[in-house]
Amino acid sequence: MSAAVVTGGDPDRHQPTEHADTGVELAGIGLPSPVLTASGCAAAGRELDAFFDITELGAIVTKSIMLKPRAGRATPRMSETPSGMLNSIGLQGPGIDAFIENDLAWLNERGARTIVSIAGETVEEYGRLAAKLRSTGGFDAIEVNISCPNVADRGQVFACRAESAAQVVQTVRRSSDSRIPIFAKLSPDVTDIVEIADAVIRAGATGLSLINTLLGLVIDTTTMRPTLAGTTGGLSGPAIRPVALRCVWQVHQAFPTIPIIGMGGIRSGRDALEFLLAGATAVSVGTAVFHDPSAPRRIHTELAREVRARGFDRVQDVIGFAHRADDRDVPSPASAQHATPAPQETSSLEDWDFITE
Amino acid sequence: MVQQIKSEVLDNRRVGDYHVLSLTAPGIAESAQPGHFVTIAMGGEESSMVLRRAFAIHQVASRGVYGGTLDIAISVAGTGTEWLARRRRHDVLNVVGPLGQPFSLPKQGVSCVLVGGGYGSAPMFMLAQALRERGCRVDMVIGASTEDRLFGVLELKRLASALTITTDDGSSGVRGTVTDVLDNVLQRAGADVVYACGPMPMLSEVARISTKQRVYSECAVEEAMACGIGVCMTCVLPVIGADGATRMVRSCVEGPVFRGDRVRWRDINTIPADAIGAPDSGGES
Repeated sequence: MSAAVVTGGDPDRHQPTEHADTGVELAGIGLPSPVLTASGCAAAGRELDAFFDITELGAIVTKSIMLKPRAGRATPRMSETPSGMLNSIGLQGPGIDAFIENDLAWLNERGARTIVSIAGETVEEYGRLAAKLRSTGGFDAIEVNISCPNVADRGQVFACRAESAAQVVQTVRRSSDSRIPIFAKLSPDVTDIVEIADAVIRAGATGLSLINTLLGLVIDTTTMRPTLAGTTGGLSGPAIRPVALRCVWQVHQAFPTIPIIGMGGIRSGRDALEFLLAGATAVSVGTAVFHDPSAPRRIHTELAREVRARGFDRVQDVIGFAHRADDRDVPSPASAQHATPAPQETSSLEDWDFITE
Repeated sequence: MVQQIKSEVLDNRRVGDYHVLSLTAPGIAESAQPGHFVTIAMGGEESSMVLRRAFAIHQVASRGVYGGTLDIAISVAGTGTEWLARRRRHDVLNVVGPLGQPFSLPKQGVSCVLVGGGYGSAPMFMLAQALRERGCRVDMVIGASTEDRLFGVLELKRLASALTITTDDGSSGVRGTVTDVLDNVLQRAGADVVYACGPMPMLSEVARISTKQRVYSECAVEEAMACGIGVCMTCVLPVIGADGATRMVRSCVEGPVFRGDRVRWRDINTIPADAIGAPDSGGES
């Protein structure tokens, strides 16, 4: 039996809290929570603020913004799939100027931390977007969406080739304030995601957002044509979670010091915990918002509880924990405790201090 | 104010081909107006159905210990609505609402014609009551493919000054569609306003006929939605704004009720070339 269970049951010695400290440091930014929204699943935060206090999240990751207003693709744009959905929105949005004037201004006034996602049709457009943001300020990081599958020309998915991915990231890096972290959002639709990660890190990415949607197709058996007007779409939701987790795992293993925002089908605190254990410093909650608009706030609370239930004081300490050496190499008695999560009511703070590195 | 609540099923009854679910809805029922809708999560927390389904609010009531309650009408059309139609008393649902822009109500007691296609007549009950309270004359036209697909005939007879029924197969009322009889109904009623809810082709035709007769119209559209709260951009359609420009607007937050003469019905499922942000439209940079 683990010591935690024994000692944690004594309320006089300990005052066990049910929730771990959720603060994390993401690329030098202190966040009160590792839980973020996912680009394209929270607009610019305003709608979700009706369901929970968005300033309690780590940050709002805004819908990818382009240089000009964009009407997006024709409808139907969406099809539900088993444990997921296929979308082909086509980056509809107001353009960077209106975004800065309305959405970013609102987020600042609201006091929400903000990661601005940008998308361009050319390398040069990404540079112009970054330059506009640089002159405006009022955000904490940039997420460079180089992996949206809903563009007319698949050759435009910069993240599918190391060279083009690196070009975009380098341009954004050069056009941005050097203190602003840049996260490159990668596509899982590649042979070796580590190779793409390597290229964008060399090009100046501070961190990585893993993963964007997978390219998919649904056919309507009544009309006997593709369901989506855009033919193909991006697959998201719990169906893709193991793929996303594998990507986070591989990239963290290759680049253990590079901060990762993990995403793909997270809909519970336990799902979020999987991503942190695989090496993500933060997680984005996307499609789950469509099922439950309160999901990001709920997942934040669930994660704090799940982490605490495993005997950790701080969420920060579980990041990458699944990559640790074989438990036999960890000094006893910690090995037994690692293997068996303590029941949440009885875990102790003290007994776990030595496992945090 | 929009709420997300755990709602208890009070009753599930068959009405023709449809199901009507009564739900506890404290905080939603009280602020619901005609044309508002709710979304419901399908299949529990571990459901493989990740998208909520949207339902027009059919009726609201205040029922003693339950507080505010609301009714929705369900047409079983797939896995989600099949699941919902099997819910029984005391089952718990996750409900968000009230959502969307409701119908606007005239200040004066004018003559109104309400048009419902299939279970599109469901939201017309609340609307008819609200209009009558304002001293409006309410005429109604409801239609469906067959008699079983009509919704709420008996109650609507009581609510409306005159009720016209159409069915495609002639099993009830006039053989034909609601739009076949609309010209006559508008003239007979001396209509000032038309309100409609039903399938897109019907709405398109209702809007055309109303505009041709110089009658103001409002249509509640039924676009496929993913989130229902304005974040996903799935449910867009081309709508002409007050400035004359066409935008792809979200039917969940800017609708589902639109002015009939503002929706570009023929361009639904397309991005019109002159819409703001259309490919090669040369939007402002």
